[in-house]
Amino acid sequence: MDWMAWTWPTAIFFMVIALALILFTILAIKFPETPRVGVLRIETTRGDRLFITLLGSAFINLAWLGLVGPDTQPWALGVCAIYAAAVFRWV
Amino acid sequence: MEKTVNQKAWFLVLPVLILVAFSAVIPLMTVVNYSVQDTFGNNQFFWAGLEWFEEMLSDERMWNALQRQLMFSAIILAIEIPLGIYVALHMPKSGFWSSFCLVVMSLPLLIPWNVVGTIWQIFGRVDIGLLGYTLDALGIDYNYTQDVFAAWVTIIVMDVWHWTSLVALLAFAGLKSIPDAYYQAAKIDQASRWKVFRFIELPKMMGVLMIAILLRFMDSFMIYTEPFVVTGGGPGNATTLLSIDLVKMALGQFDLGPAAAFSLMYFLVILLISWVFYTVMVNLDKKGM
Repeated sequence: MDWMAWTWPTAIFFMVIALALILFTILAIKFPETPRVGVLRIETTRGDRLFITLLGSAFINLAWLGLVGPDTQPWALGVCAIYAAAVFRWV
Repeated sequence: MEKTVNQKAWFLVLPVLILVAFSAVIPLMTVVNYSVQDTFGNNQFFWAGLEWFEEMLSDERMWNALQRQLMFSAIILAIEIPLGIYVALHMPKSGFWSSFCLVVMSLPLLIPWNVVGTIWQIFGRVDIGLLGYTLDALGIDYNYTQDVFAAWVTIIVMDVWHWTSLVALLAFAGLKSIPDAYYQAAKIDQASRWKVFRFIELPKMMGVLMIAILLRFMDSFMIYTEPFVVTGGGPGNATTLLSIDLVKMALGQFDLGPAAAFSLMYFLVILLISWVFYTVMVNLDKKGM
């Protein structure tokens, strides 16, 4: 595994994503849901909303890094949390 | 009767999951790991944090390559989609000539990318290429190795030649699926040719056209071999598209960290656009188009 050049931060990053996927799979099995139509006027399930959250968060972090700078990067995660809440509530 | 719940079928997708893990997920994880580190070879890595992302985001070279890439994709889509539809509309619908057209149209799709590049590289040469020689004989100053405009025209015409038939074949399949009753109804209503196209053919083709746009966009957005073989990214950096720039950075300069950060941003853009197209396609499908 040396060639993959693992670091703790990247390992934690992937673990969080893997845990989120496992959690959402369990939720989908335990509490099946019907897709709903939100502000985007498209049908979404919890899994879709997770995908939109993760993809959007990546862009929020990049935009923060490019426009504000790396010193306040943790604040971008705060913005991502607000964005995630909004996606799960309204999308 | 209650449906039996049996989750064992998931095991059937296991081989695909393993294949995708080795061909896509593990390399992607490695790229993420590389993007936050620096290396001088020898498999030794040093933590760099977000430095490469910061560098790439303020790197004019990447933004210029992205601009060129978007321009290339926009131009080829603007040409290939209408041209493909036009060709499909004028193809014979049945009989020998229909099959003949289908076979001839499929030919460019069967040629490997590097061969297409080589064909056009020779075709465009002023000394031995038919296109270059003819243009030169006509008094047109054409030299794709030195002139930016000629280089762009060459790679665009090459892509149009290579891929328009894909759009045409998809559009043709869409057209063939329209029942005759629609045309008969249009005839009774004395609809003009344009109205038949606008209100019958185009909406019925929308599903396959979305697939064509998605395929062509993704393919053109990650194009590498053909322009690389023809122009090598030149003259200067005029035709250095994203993937050409990325390969130069990763393999030419061995800047694995910046290249990894660059490719992750590239991946995110492709993922976003593909998701948008996919969502639109699924929604069109639900509307029965």
